Amino acid sequence: MFRPMHEAKPAEALGFTFDGRALTARAGDTVAAALLANGIQACRQTPVSGADRGPYCMMGVCFDCLVVIDGVGNRQGCLVPLREGMRIETQAGRRHPDGAQS
Amino acid sequence: MTISALSSEADIVVVGGGVVGGAMALGLARGGARVTVLDEGDVAFRASRGNFALVWVQSKGLGMPDYAMWSRRSAEQWHELAAVLHEDTGIDVAHSQPGGFMLCLSEAELEQRRQTMQRLHNQMSLSDFPYEILDHDETKRRLPDIGKDVVGSVYSPLDGHVNSLKLFRALRDASARRGVDYRPNCTVDSITSDAGGFRLKGAFGEIAAGKVVLAAGLGNARLAPMVGLDASVKPSKGQIIVTEKTDAFLHNPMVTIRQTDEGGIMIGDSQEDRGFDTVVGQPILSVMAERAVRMFPRLAGLNVVRSWSALRVMSPDGFPIYDQSLSHPGAFVVTCHSGVTLAANHVLTLAPAILSGGLPDTLDAFSARRFHVPAHA
Amino acid sequence: MIPIETIGQVAEHYDIAVVGAGPAGLAAAARAAELGLSVLLADENPAPGGQIYRAITTTPVTPRAVLGEDYWKGGALVDRLRPTNAAYAPGCTVWSVAPDEAGGFELGLSLGGQARLIAAGQVILATGAQERPFPIPGWTLPGVMTAGAAQIALKASGLVPSGRTVIAGCGPLLYLLAGQLAAAGANIVAVLDTTPRRNWLAAIAAFPDFLRSPYLAKGLKLMAAARGKLPFKTGVTALAAQGAGKVTGVTVTRGGATETIPCDALLLHQGVIPGINLANAAGCAQHFDTVQHCWTPTVDEWFASSIPGIAIAGDGAGIGGAESAALRGEIAALDAARRLGRLSEAERNEKAAPTQAELARSLRGRRFLDLLYRPAPQFLAPPADETIVCRCEEVTAGQIRDTARRLGVTGPNQMKAFLRCGMGPCQGRLCGPTVVELIAQERGVSAEETGYYRLRPPVKPVTLAELAALPPTDAAVKAVVR
Repeated sequence: MFRPMHEAKPAEALGFTFDGRALTARAGDTVAAALLANGIQACRQTPVSGADRGPYCMMGVCFDCLVVIDGVGNRQGCLVPLREGMRIETQAGRRHPDGAQS
Repeated sequence: MTISALSSEADIVVVGGGVVGGAMALGLARGGARVTVLDEGDVAFRASRGNFALVWVQSKGLGMPDYAMWSRRSAEQWHELAAVLHEDTGIDVAHSQPGGFMLCLSEAELEQRRQTMQRLHNQMSLSDFPYEILDHDETKRRLPDIGKDVVGSVYSPLDGHVNSLKLFRALRDASARRGVDYRPNCTVDSITSDAGGFRLKGAFGEIAAGKVVLAAGLGNARLAPMVGLDASVKPSKGQIIVTEKTDAFLHNPMVTIRQTDEGGIMIGDSQEDRGFDTVVGQPILSVMAERAVRMFPRLAGLNVVRSWSALRVMSPDGFPIYDQSLSHPGAFVVTCHSGVTLAANHVLTLAPAILSGGLPDTLDAFSARRFHVPAHA
Repeated sequence: MIPIETIGQVAEHYDIAVVGAGPAGLAAAARAAELGLSVLLADENPAPGGQIYRAITTTPVTPRAVLGEDYWKGGALVDRLRPTNAAYAPGCTVWSVAPDEAGGFELGLSLGGQARLIAAGQVILATGAQERPFPIPGWTLPGVMTAGAAQIALKASGLVPSGRTVIAGCGPLLYLLAGQLAAAGANIVAVLDTTPRRNWLAAIAAFPDFLRSPYLAKGLKLMAAARGKLPFKTGVTALAAQGAGKVTGVTVTRGGATETIPCDALLLHQGVIPGINLANAAGCAQHFDTVQHCWTPTVDEWFASSIPGIAIAGDGAGIGGAESAALRGEIAALDAARRLGRLSEAERNEKAAPTQAELARSLRGRRFLDLLYRPAPQFLAPPADETIVCRCEEVTAGQIRDTARRLGVTGPNQMKAFLRCGMGPCQGRLCGPTVVELIAQERGVSAEETGYYRLRPPVKPVTLAELAALPPTDAAVKAVVR
């Protein structure tokens, strides 16, 4: 879990949802950073064993930060800038057809 | 632990550790032979790594009816092979025979397939080789996810598929449990006759064997003449796309699309004569992707996880070569480009035949002598 | 700088395509553009800086002292690029590089969910480094991350781990991060140092050079600051992350004694290694560097790879740090300009000379660090069988060892076929080095002899729809439709 450091420069707050919960994060955050800032550590279950995983490298190398963004699955959260109103969901296992609830 | 120069004896040496060599080794070991497999290293042509994992019957044998029957027999026996492998190793190779489709994206394609199937079945009294030509609606009834561009398909209940990587591992594992001596990094440079047997030599040292089975894929072309055989195989380049794992929706294999038991979608295939070049060419990936998305629109958003290219082992007519040497008794060559489909035959029929003395007459059609028929004046 | 926001804005052809907007890429692009060449700088992140200068133009972190003075130098590199005509495409991945028919290269790009093929006369790969994999039991638990990840969260978003944080591993970046996080207010309950004690002996020969290097003063300051304030435990020989569903503690062994330290975040780091996937897939030769103990593309003194026309600048061709990366980028750009006929050999040599001298100075002392911080064997090839090695396909160390030993698999490509390691979306970035170590250890041979995965494009995710929309060729259609 992460929290903003005390002296960070303020920025616009963006609203988004994660698995239906309304949350906010900083404009400029990636989706992965936004989840971590809100105390969310696990963002997916693996398609092989169903194990919980969360962001590991934050730089697009590990593919553990995969989430569903606005219905499109297996998106690397650490490479996608957060936008107002984004609907983010746990990537539960295999890639599901776009638009379907996971 | 270093690997010292190899000098030893075996009943049978199998040259080549791919799916063909692996199947032969297992079959021979099951028959009680002391088998050594000589294989190349980690980076080698290895056609076996580039297969589509089909256990396919429907379109095989145009020009050689025996091949159609040989393929059909193997598809039937595949259930037994899967059971043997599971019993020996605990590995479930995920074999299934749900029937396969060849999807057509134009009337011209469908018509071409229809005629091919007709010619195939006309060349012999092929009974019990069921197939159907389906229109769009009937194809959609059976494969609800097809796109509107699919004008029709050819279906045969004889077709199936398997997890070929698990097959490969299971063959090696089962062989290891039966005492097959597998030697990697042992490229064979020469084979000579020696006191009723053979001597195989390379940088690894040398090994003596009573019998030799050449299952070295493209390497057979070089090795076969050393034992009085002919295997003029050439490389045929093919490329494959593999996607990320997605929800299981495709239980039947298509010729060019299948979903693995793990969830990834495999998309093929291409054919080029580019010698021994294995570079992945971009335009071919695009054409394959475009056709795949038209066949199953729900594939469009899937991410490609990898692509690869491999060299099929192609005989002059595309059919297997099974031969035993007259000048060098005890030397055999086994080569084909459908090593997965034919794995059952190789383990359960061909290997026992070699152990019991030689290839049966029923396999005469596959001898390389067929290439030496003199041309008409 | 010409900002590129949509794939349609990318031109059909550039003199030089630079992949990666870290220090090497920024310097190379600026240099090439200053020489009057048309340049495309493509980078997958939304803003320039790569990883070391991550978020240099957007960071919310204040005060400056938190990140250290070296970080802010990145701003100058971006400032240099701004007045040039270089085209800069953020959020743009490069998924393939291949020679084209015209003596140049074809690059596959993806921006905004659309793929495009463009041409370039010369290519400079500046994709930088990644964290060396650190496979310990439990490293896949949520809450276990790399030190680099924590740095990115800090630099780009001003975030620090909440709760009890343990930092473990070795190398100068470990101390840097510990200092940065502490300054940012994180609650660091332990810094677990895995530097093998015996490395000091191996490194001692390189010590005189280190004394004359820029690292010494910096390093001593960092170390002093970190060790002074933070709870250090050195000589760590084993680690395991504990927890179910998320990390709750880390078990540490040192001096034969084992204890479990409760924590809410575990940050791992044992050095960085070149990111080699794009170079490998493009066909560039690579070798195993025994000093840095990592796979490295083979380049000459101008950073030309084995493929004429592809250069590899920065940490992607050998770890040298941010300052040396920028210098290498300059040199690679000068040579690329020479290959394009923009500079004569004499002009190239003259312009490069001062940069080359500076580069040599900036690298002095690296060898000492490389030898001192080489990870211990048990952190390269995990002894515990249940340790996951391939995170994507969940293949364990025990499975790999068994397959190497019992089934005669001698290399990573066969291992991939047998166990699926390396077949996931990360394409072996997090398992390749470990798989090679395990096989090498099992067989008693070197990493070089064992070899590495053979990669193919695409090296970044691209959808079937994206590929399908690329223009076909007649030959390709003929090869497929038959």
